[in-house]
Amino acid sequence: MDTVNMLASVAAAAVRISTPYLLCCLAGLYSERSGIVDIGLEGKMLAGAFAAAVTAATFGSAWLGLAAAVLTSVGFSLLHGVASIRYRGNQVVSGVAINMLALGLTAFIGNVWYGQGGRTPDLSGAARFQPVDLPGAQAVLGVPVVGQIYSDVLSGHSILVYFAFACVPLTAWVLYKTRFGLRLRAVGENPQAVDTAGISVSWLRYRAVLVCGVLTGVAGAYLSTADSAAFVSNMTGGRGYMGLAALIFAKWRPWPALGACLLFGLLDAISIRIGEGLVVPGIGQVPSELISSLPYILTVLMLAGFVGAANPPRAAGMPYLKER
Amino acid sequence: MRDTGTPLRQGLRFRLAGAAAATTLPWWADALLLPLVNIVVAFVVCGVVVWLFVGANPLTVGLTMIDGAFGDANGIGTTLYYATTYIFAGLAVAVASHAGLFNIGVDGQGQLAGIGIAVACLNMHGLPSFLAIPAAMVAGMAFGAFWGFVPGYLQAKRGSHIVITTIMFNFIASALIQYLLVRVMMPIGAGEPKSSPFPETTYLPMISDVLAPFGIDVDLTLVNLAFPISLLAALFVWALVWRTRLGYAMRTVGQNQTAAIYAGISPTRIIIITMIISGALAGLMGINVLMGEQHKMIIDYTAGAGFIGIAVSLMGRSHPVGIVLASILFGALIQGGQELSFDNPVFNRDLIVVVQGMIILFVGALELMFRPQLAALFHLLTPGRNKGA
Repeated sequence: MDTVNMLASVAAAAVRISTPYLLCCLAGLYSERSGIVDIGLEGKMLAGAFAAAVTAATFGSAWLGLAAAVLTSVGFSLLHGVASIRYRGNQVVSGVAINMLALGLTAFIGNVWYGQGGRTPDLSGAARFQPVDLPGAQAVLGVPVVGQIYSDVLSGHSILVYFAFACVPLTAWVLYKTRFGLRLRAVGENPQAVDTAGISVSWLRYRAVLVCGVLTGVAGAYLSTADSAAFVSNMTGGRGYMGLAALIFAKWRPWPALGACLLFGLLDAISIRIGEGLVVPGIGQVPSELISSLPYILTVLMLAGFVGAANPPRAAGMPYLKER
Repeated sequence: MRDTGTPLRQGLRFRLAGAAAATTLPWWADALLLPLVNIVVAFVVCGVVVWLFVGANPLTVGLTMIDGAFGDANGIGTTLYYATTYIFAGLAVAVASHAGLFNIGVDGQGQLAGIGIAVACLNMHGLPSFLAIPAAMVAGMAFGAFWGFVPGYLQAKRGSHIVITTIMFNFIASALIQYLLVRVMMPIGAGEPKSSPFPETTYLPMISDVLAPFGIDVDLTLVNLAFPISLLAALFVWALVWRTRLGYAMRTVGQNQTAAIYAGISPTRIIIITMIISGALAGLMGINVLMGEQHKMIIDYTAGAGFIGIAVSLMGRSHPVGIVLASILFGALIQGGQELSFDNPVFNRDLIVVVQGMIILFVGALELMFRPQLAALFHLLTPGRNKGA
C-alpha cells in the first residue's frame, strides 16, 4: 500500500510539474511551426508570472491575475514578433533579449513596489487558483489502484492544469484539421509558397506568436497563482528552456509533446523525491543532479540523431522578405 | 530551395540582402552610427523605465553611475576587473560568430572551466607561480574547450543545432558543477558550495604589484594579470580572424558553406576548431574571477557573464577593438550600478540586467529598425547621391 501511495504522489507531482512545461512546449510549437524560433519562452512565462501575482495580490482575483499574465506575455510576444517579422531581426538574439528583459524588469519592478527583493505579497483565497476536485473523487478513493489514480493523480489539480492538458488535443486538432493549422505548418516549411498562394506570411506568423504569448502567459499565471502563492525573482528557473527541450524531443508535434513533458515532469518529480541520491543495484548511487539534467542530455542525444532524428520546421529562424 | 547552412545563417544572409536592397549607407554609418543610435535608444528606454517606476531623474542616475565607474581609481579598477571577464566572453562569442555559429553556451563553458582551474590549482602545492599559473590557465582553457568541442562536434558531424545544444550544455554544466562542488570538492563543514582555497602560488598578481618594481604607482583595485592577458587575447583573435589561413576559412564557412566546400575548406573541421577556440576563450573568464579575485571555486562564478558576452560581441560588431570598448562599457554598468545601489538600494543588479537586455534588443534584434530613417537622413543631407542612384 505504501508503494502505491508513493507512486501516486510521485505521479501527481509529475502532472503538477509538467504543466508549465506543457504550456511552454505548446506555445513554442505554434511559434516554431510558423517559422519563428522562440528561446524567449522563459522570459515570457516569467513576465506572465509576475503580472499574475501582482494583479492577483492587488485585486484579490486569480482570474484577473490570469488575464494580466496573458496580456503581459502577449506584449512580450509581440515585441518578439515585431523584431523578427517586421524588422527581420535575429530571432535567437531577440529571444535572449526578452529573457534578460523579463528577468531584470520583474525583479526590479517587484523590488521597487514591494521592497522584498523582488518577492510579491503572499496570495490566498480567491487570489489563488484552488485545487479542483473531479466529480466523485472522494467516493472512489477506496477502490484500489484505479480509485487511487483517479482521486490522487488526476483529481485535485488547479483548473489551469486541466486547461494545459486539454490544449494537447485542441492543438492537434488546430494543427492538423483546420485551415489555419495547414497554413501554419506550410508557412514554417515554405513561406514563399504560402506567399505565392496569396496568404499573408506576416499575419500568419503574428497570429502564431500571439497564441504563443497566450499560452506562456497561462504558464506564468500557473506558477505564481496556482503552483505557489507569490512571485519570486527568477521563479521560472529554466522551465522555459525545459519546454523548448521537450518541443525538440517531441519533434514539434502535439501528442509527443504531452509525452515528453510528462516524462520530463516525472524525472523532476523523481529527482526531488530521491534528493540525496538513488541507489541502483549494479551501478551504485545515481545523484539527483544526473536525473534532473536527464531531459537536457536526452535532448542533446535526440538532436544528435541518437534517439531518432529531430528536424525542425525548415523555415524556422529565417526572416521572410516578401519579394516585390 | 536554398539549403545551405543553419537556418540562423540563412537568416543572416537573407537579412543582409534585404537591407542592401533597401538603401546603401556608408560603411561607417552601418558599423558605428547605427549601433550608436540603437544604444542611445536602449539607454533612453531604460531611462524611461527608471523614471516611470522609481520617479528618479534618469540623468542623475546616469551621472551617478558614470561617477561610480570612472570617478576614482577604485571605480576604474573595478570597472576594468569586470571588463576583463566580458572581454573573454565577448571574444568567445565573436570567434564563433565569424564562423556563423551562435555560441550561446559561453557561460557553461566558462563555468566548467572553473572546475578545471580549481582541480589544477588545488594540485599545485609547492610549485612556483611561473609554472603553476600557466598550468592552471591551460587546464581552464582545456575544460572550456572541451565543453565547446562537444556541441561543435555534434553540429558539424551530426547536424544538431548549435544554439539548442549549447543551451542544453549550459544546464548540464550547471548540474555537473553543482554535483562536483557540493558532493566532491566542498570541504567538510563548509556552509556553501565552494572548493578549498587555492594555494597562494596560483594567485594571479595584481597589476599594481606587477608595476610597483618599475616605480609605477597605480592603485587599481581588483585589476590583475588577467586584464593584460585579455588584451593579448583580443590581439590574438584579431590576428586569427583577419591574418591567418584558419581565420579566412572560418569567415568563409560563416558566410557560405557551399562556397567554402568548393574552395576546398572543410566546414566540419572549421566548425569543430572554431568551437574549441571559442570554448577555450570562454574558459579564460575563470582566471580573472577565480585566480585573480576569489582564490577558490564558487558556484555560478560567471554570474551570467557568458550571456553578457553576447551583448558585448553584438555591440562590438564581433571586432576585438569593439569588444574591448563594449566590455569596458558593460564593466562600467556593473560597477556604476553597484555604486548606485549604495546610494539607493532600489537600484540593484536587476536594473543592470534590464539595461543589458535593452542593449541586446536594440543593438541585436532591432538593429535594422532605424536604418530606413538613417538612410533617408543621408539622402537628405547628400543630394548628390540621389542623382547618382
